[in-house]
Amino acid sequence: MGSSFNTIQFHAGRCDGCGDCMLACARAKSGIDDRSQSRISILANDPFARTGVGGYELALCRQCGDPKCVLECPAGALVKNADNGVIDWDGDKCVDCLLCTVGCAYAGITYAAAIGRVAKCDTCGGDPACVRACPHEALEWRTTAKIYNEYGDREDLFVRGLAGCQGCNSELLIRHTLRKAGPETVVAAPPGCIPGMGTVGFNGVTGCKVPIFHPLLTNTASMLAGIKRQYNRVGRDVLMLALAGDGGTADAGFASLSGAAGRDDPMLFICVDNEGYMNTGMQASGVTPYGSWTSTTPVGERLHGEAAEAKDLPRIMMMHNCSYVATASTGFMEDYYDKLDKAIEVAKTGMAYLHVYTPCPTGWRIPPENISEVCRMQVRTNFVVLWEYTREGGLRLTHPVDKPVPVEAYLKLIGKYKHLSAEQLAHIQHTVNDKVTSLQQMARSARKVEHA
Amino acid sequence: MAYSKYLIVGSSHAALEAVTAIRLQDEGGSITMLTRDSRLPYSPTILPYIVSGRSRPDNVVLRDAAYFAQNRVELQRNAEVVGVDPALKSVRTADGAIWTYDKLLLATGGTPVVPAVPGLSDVRLHVLHTMDDAIALRDAIGRAQSAIVLGAGLCGMHVAENMAKAGLAVSVLVRSRPLREYFSPRAGGMIQTAFAGNGARMMMGRTPAAVERRGDGCAVTLDNGETITADLLMVGTGVTPAMAYLAGSGVETGRGILVDDRMRTSVADVWAAGDVAEARSFWGGTAVNGILPGAVEHGRIAGADMADDAVVRDFPGAMSLNTYHYFEHHSVSVGLGGQLPDDADFDIDEQVDAARGKYRRIVMREGRLVGISSIDDFVDPGVMWQLILRRTDLSPCKADFLAHPQATGRRLMSQLWR
Repeated sequence: MGSSFNTIQFHAGRCDGCGDCMLACARAKSGIDDRSQSRISILANDPFARTGVGGYELALCRQCGDPKCVLECPAGALVKNADNGVIDWDGDKCVDCLLCTVGCAYAGITYAAAIGRVAKCDTCGGDPACVRACPHEALEWRTTAKIYNEYGDREDLFVRGLAGCQGCNSELLIRHTLRKAGPETVVAAPPGCIPGMGTVGFNGVTGCKVPIFHPLLTNTASMLAGIKRQYNRVGRDVLMLALAGDGGTADAGFASLSGAAGRDDPMLFICVDNEGYMNTGMQASGVTPYGSWTSTTPVGERLHGEAAEAKDLPRIMMMHNCSYVATASTGFMEDYYDKLDKAIEVAKTGMAYLHVYTPCPTGWRIPPENISEVCRMQVRTNFVVLWEYTREGGLRLTHPVDKPVPVEAYLKLIGKYKHLSAEQLAHIQHTVNDKVTSLQQMARSARKVEHA
Repeated sequence: MAYSKYLIVGSSHAALEAVTAIRLQDEGGSITMLTRDSRLPYSPTILPYIVSGRSRPDNVVLRDAAYFAQNRVELQRNAEVVGVDPALKSVRTADGAIWTYDKLLLATGGTPVVPAVPGLSDVRLHVLHTMDDAIALRDAIGRAQSAIVLGAGLCGMHVAENMAKAGLAVSVLVRSRPLREYFSPRAGGMIQTAFAGNGARMMMGRTPAAVERRGDGCAVTLDNGETITADLLMVGTGVTPAMAYLAGSGVETGRGILVDDRMRTSVADVWAAGDVAEARSFWGGTAVNGILPGAVEHGRIAGADMADDAVVRDFPGAMSLNTYHYFEHHSVSVGLGGQLPDDADFDIDEQVDAARGKYRRIVMREGRLVGISSIDDFVDPGVMWQLILRRTDLSPCKADFLAHPQATGRRLMSQLWR
């Protein structure tokens, strides 16, 4: 763990073959305007035509984790740099035997005739010239590795082999959350998918390496409030963490949560919102969006899915005026991690509430491989708005979307909306617009107060 | 008596790869490497560059002491294995030590072949197989005015080049043609011309009939009766698997130690890899294929299988595969190169650009690439190797491939992995 690195990603669909990247590379690495000296090679499929494949291909060093060029080198001249992941080439040790080029299936290290030696991408020390030069954003310098490294180095406090559905993001979410929260934590997992995956264990064994318990749907927040007081009495600083579904938060769990929020009881309450009781057969909950098919809001002659609007639970929580409230999405993990850091800090003294929108492949009828795209589209369409609230700063949009995609693009990815009529689609778009306008107003007024 | 869960005999590419593969799967199991060498691991491939002075012996270490400490691998140097007893799961070293094992890997490489020529065993000759050989040869070249090289394989040709560059009058006895395994007669002729142009005397078709001492040097009488003399004699006529220590062990051998596609020998819990192993040939039958990339493949598979790695993949078969840099030229050969089998129809495209000194030959069979070689016309050998191994159908883009093998190969590989 902790050995992932930043990398150059190629979005083939955005490439138009202009070759600016190759020119930039040749200039940066060889000081000449000659694309043939580039260490990145863009190859057009169509000039040779007959394959019937369009678009562009790439040959570039992939800075492999198990680099074969290094294995084939008899001189010890190639080494995977443990700090930045780049395969470093030592020109003094290299004897120009070219055996490294036998190892590479990507043509990432290759003979450069102009210098009579091998040449390969060194990522320009973390600021690649090719990426800067690309006018189409077809090359991207991916920096997400630092998150992986930070979280990968922390101990995973859940056991291996939790049995979530294929494609479900909540296992990722709870594992990373508990890694960050650390061992001085008590977890409450009320009935829902999270205990259902095995986090609370079976037959007298636990699924978690910190104390975890399985409260009723109704009393999660009040039990955590009581446990926290006991720890305070004995002088131990322990984080109270609820990992609850939307049923255990918005419906049956709401009375105790509302009470704890009103008292600003110190805890971190995370609602993993999959818009219904997905664990028990996909029944609707209080946060099931208008139009959704569920087993209790079927589609037929009279009913066309959920007829009521979802209640906006995070805003309801904000109105309790507790210390910290935020929304998050598993499609925007950097945003989530920022909020998690704040929430863990706040939870030492007051209530932190995180509402994480978590699409459900099984209950929403989404192919597992599309889950991440659905998460992104939730936010790009403004169906989900990412924001945070503090008493001091009010509401702030953390990922404002300037040009939202029509909400239909999101809904059509999801089986539970496939019956929607044009009127229903228009209604949902209208609701989304209203919600965004309202949130934007709150954010603006918060800024005015701040400036005043 | 000492015990190691994994006991590895040898310390070059195959052995080192096996260690990597074992540690991917088994973090804690004890690993011991026995090597007859007195040095930290190095590659036999680097030795010509030691001879030329381009590399220093202390600067070509493949794994340093810190690596062995960090990976909890015990490196036993000066430990030459002289016997293996699979019944007792033990090996014996020259100094009488006994090592027991759960799993044993034999990666003992090759030994230089010295041909049976009258008088050859009585003269001082050089071979190039160990670091000590390389240092001795380097120093001898520094003192000599003239040299004779027997054999025109990679080793002999590398050394002959070094000698020519050092100003020696060097004669190379070439039985058939240079680098016959890798290159066609045409390409071999270009290489020969380059050597001749740099002052080496390429004696084509000549073999030694007798050798005798002449002062500090030697005199070689050739098959045509001519006698040539030199201060220095280098024998580069190939290597043979080093497996004499297996006598009486029951481990089956042919030209090398016979192994299956997981590098398992005929005896339980004993594997063999690298230049000593006789494994599947990609073209059918078996082969001893003494090349660095082959040793890497063998070692990775053997180590993974020894450590019960569930994702170990069968060896797809050996093929000839090399790069060769000489004087100002570079060349590549992948797959069927110098010698094509007689039993199949090949589609051969050979292009010579005499003015620019470029050469390229593409050999195809049933729309698939089976061999490609070139001089001063670079094609990515790693990509070509994959195209051959995957038996990628090139018929839809054959014209492109023949015209632009490098760009077409890169494109195809990018399509395959994207």
